[in-house]
Order: sequence, then C-alpha cells, then structure tokens
Amino acid sequence: MKKSDSEFEIIIVGSGPAGLSAAAVAAELDAKIAIIDDNPIVGGQLIKQTHKFFGSKSHFCGVRGIDIAKILEKRIQHPNITLLLDASVVGYYEDNILGVLQKERFIKLYAPKIIFATGAAENLIAFPNNDLPGVYGAGAVQTLMNVHGVLPGKRALMVGSGNIGLIVSYQMMQAGIEVVALIEILDKIGGYNVHAAKLRRLGVPILTSHTIKYATGKDFVTGAVIARVNKKFKPIKGTDKRLRVDMICLAVGLTPLSELLYQAGCEVIYIPELGGNVAWHSENMETLKNGIFVAGDASGIEEASTAMLEGRIAGACAFESLHGKNPKAQEIIQEAKKELREIRQGPFGTKPRIGKEKLQTIAP
Amino acid sequence: MPKKISNRIEHHPILTFVKGRLVKFYFEGKELQGYENEPIAAALIANGIKVFRITEKMKRPRGFFCAVGKCSSCLMTVDSKPNVMVCVELLKEGMKVERQIGRGKLV
Repeated sequence: MKKSDSEFEIIIVGSGPAGLSAAAVAAELDAKIAIIDDNPIVGGQLIKQTHKFFGSKSHFCGVRGIDIAKILEKRIQHPNITLLLDASVVGYYEDNILGVLQKERFIKLYAPKIIFATGAAENLIAFPNNDLPGVYGAGAVQTLMNVHGVLPGKRALMVGSGNIGLIVSYQMMQAGIEVVALIEILDKIGGYNVHAAKLRRLGVPILTSHTIKYATGKDFVTGAVIARVNKKFKPIKGTDKRLRVDMICLAVGLTPLSELLYQAGCEVIYIPELGGNVAWHSENMETLKNGIFVAGDASGIEEASTAMLEGRIAGACAFESLHGKNPKAQEIIQEAKKELREIRQGPFGTKPRIGKEKLQTIAP
Repeated sequence: MPKKISNRIEHHPILTFVKGRLVKFYFEGKELQGYENEPIAAALIANGIKVFRITEKMKRPRGFFCAVGKCSSCLMTVDSKPNVMVCVELLKEGMKVERQIGRGKLV
C-alpha cells in the first residue's frame, strides 16, 4: 500500500461522543477525515442514554444523550468526512495502516494520524451462576430497552450505585420493569444524589454495604441471594436475603478498550483510577507513539461530557501536528482544557483527575 | 395467526420506537414474529426466549449479555451458519435461528 494513495489525513476509530467531537473539530479546521465504527449508526452509547446530561456549561447541559447523538451526527455531515459504518478495525499494521473488516470485505486504510476513541467494555463480577441468562450488563439493558424497545425482564436486581446503576434503574422503572432492590458494596452511594433521590421517590430500596452472594436458577435467573457485608466486604452470617427476580443488572464499572493501542505499540500503563490499562497520553491526548492519539473512555473511564472535550482536544491537536500551529485550533484546545479542569475539580471528577495526574507524573 | 409478541414496551414517557416491517422467522423450527432489521436477540427476548446457546464443556446455558457484539455470549446458529452474534445481527424475514450447542457445526 502506497501512503501517497491515502485520501485521509486523520482516521478516527469509534463514533461515540469522543470520536464524533474529534471529527467535527478536525473537519472544520479542514483536515480530511475517515470515521470507522462497527455499529450501523453513529453515536456510540449516547443513542441509548435518555437522561439529561449535566454536561459542561457550554456543552449540552440539560440535553438528553439521545439528542446529543443527533446534534453530533449533524456536525459530522461535512464534505471532509468519510463515514465507514458496520466496519471493525481488526488490526493495526506498521506505519499507521489499519485493517478494516466491513461486512465480508477486508480493506486497508492509512492516515498519518489516528485517533483511537474506542470506548470501554463493561465489567463483570464473580459470583456463582453469574453466567446464567438473565445476568446482564447495565449497558446491555439500556440498549435493549431504549434502542430496541424490548424488556429484558420484569423484576430486576441492580448491582452498583454509580451513576450508571442509578440512571439505568430509573430507566428500567420508566420502561415498566420493577427494580426490586439496588445494592452497593460500599457504605455510601457512588453516583449523584439527584439520581438516587429519584429512585427513592419511586420506592426502590437502595441497600448500601450489601453484596450479591449468588444467582439462582437452572436455565436462567429466577432469583438472587444478597447479604450485608462487614468492613472487609465479607458477607455477614445470618443477613442473607432471597430476592425473587428474573434479571440481575450489573453496573460495576467499565474497562478502557486499549487493545488496538497495545497493538500500535503505545506505552500502555495500568492506572486504577482510570479503570485499567490505558495508553500513556499527554494533555494533548497524544500517545508516545508518533501520530497516535486517544480520547474518551479509551483514555480513562469518565463520562460523555469529558469524552466530548477530550475528543475536541485530540481532533485539534491531530490537525496541528499535521499543519502546524493554528489560532482556531489553539482556541478550541485551550477552551476544552479549561472545561475539563472545571469538571474534574467537582466531587465526581476526583478519580479521573487523580488518574490523569498520575499519568503526567510518569515521565515519557 | 402467530402468538402476539410480548415483552415489548408499549408506552414510554420519553421514547417512541420506530420499527421495521413485522416479519416471520423461526426459532428451533417454531414460527415467531419480530421486526425486520432489529437485532435477532431483541426479537428472541421479545418472544420470551432467553437461552441462546449451550456451552461446549460444562453444558451451561448462555444468553444475551453485552448487546454490542463484544462478549460472544450470544452466539447462535443462523441459517445453518454457527457463531453468529445475534445481539448485532439483524433480523430478516424467514431466518432460521437455532440454539448453538457447543461450537456449532460447520456445513
């Protein structure tokens, strides 16, 4: 493959909030872009998020995720952007060549700059029978309910009280699923109180210092046994409670999808505050491998609002690394960095802030 | 008339669901209904079907899990082709969907 044949300057892998934001910015600055996504539509996980975002003050505050997806989709309708959907990046080859499988067709694409905005995968926790049908990831439940209009069950146990656990519980109630209980192993709720309060008003018991011991059922989930835990997170004898549920929803965190960054030869580092292994990146979202950028959950688990800001930074910096310093790009970068700092100074920005700071202390 | 589809959200405070044509398909030889171009898994769950495959060694039932084509929990045999991720493969009229036992059989 001759590099001079390439029509693209930047390839963006992933069309979630980070990828779309990166594309919109870079195309506006006049770079030739390809966006690749394995889904049939753009938007990543935004397409199932019916709740209103707190967002940053200038970006989508009070707008529902599903509507943000539509706005971003409009922004990438740009002559500089080529969209490849139903297309999986299956490999990174030397010199920034990506192997892409689209339907049954295999193609190779090259660009001098690549932004990986590959997102994250849901975590699973260990308990007997966690493999039974009826144990679902929270994101999967959201997809089935909010995108396809199908109910995964009638009575649910939610595990995890982070924002995803709280929000998806509320969305289950909206769709007509009874949330029998929401359990949290820590002694306090992980997500925003606003979300927890909505559940309490609907009468959903939120049980902190509780864990799931096992699921029951032969062919699929018919129940769950939960128990109170001690300070070492071990179940306390005699506190078992048997719940009759037909689904168990897990909202126990996410792990960055770093496989392609590994393959590209980026320096990948384990940072617990960022959710796992992430490619080392500068504040400009550039990795240690020349020409490779990362943005969004793939660079550390955070939220859609910050993913969009990181995407903007990555898009503008990738453009500058091709065309040199540009006042418009600088404005975008400085503005986004400022907003990221503001969000990460909030009480729920502590973890990602510590994670990102840790990265910067590790000298490249 | 085939049995009425259950497990569908009829009313939602925020969302309306735009669906394709209602089509027939087959699960283990039994005729069911689903909407064209929805994931096969959505059509199966709407019809109350939860067990999608049986594992090779431990013979454990497996079903829907990640919904986004990442986890391989939902591999089924579709039109004689094994290892189809039904959470992302879209439903077409007349599809023959089968529970996959173990690794499935290559034709």
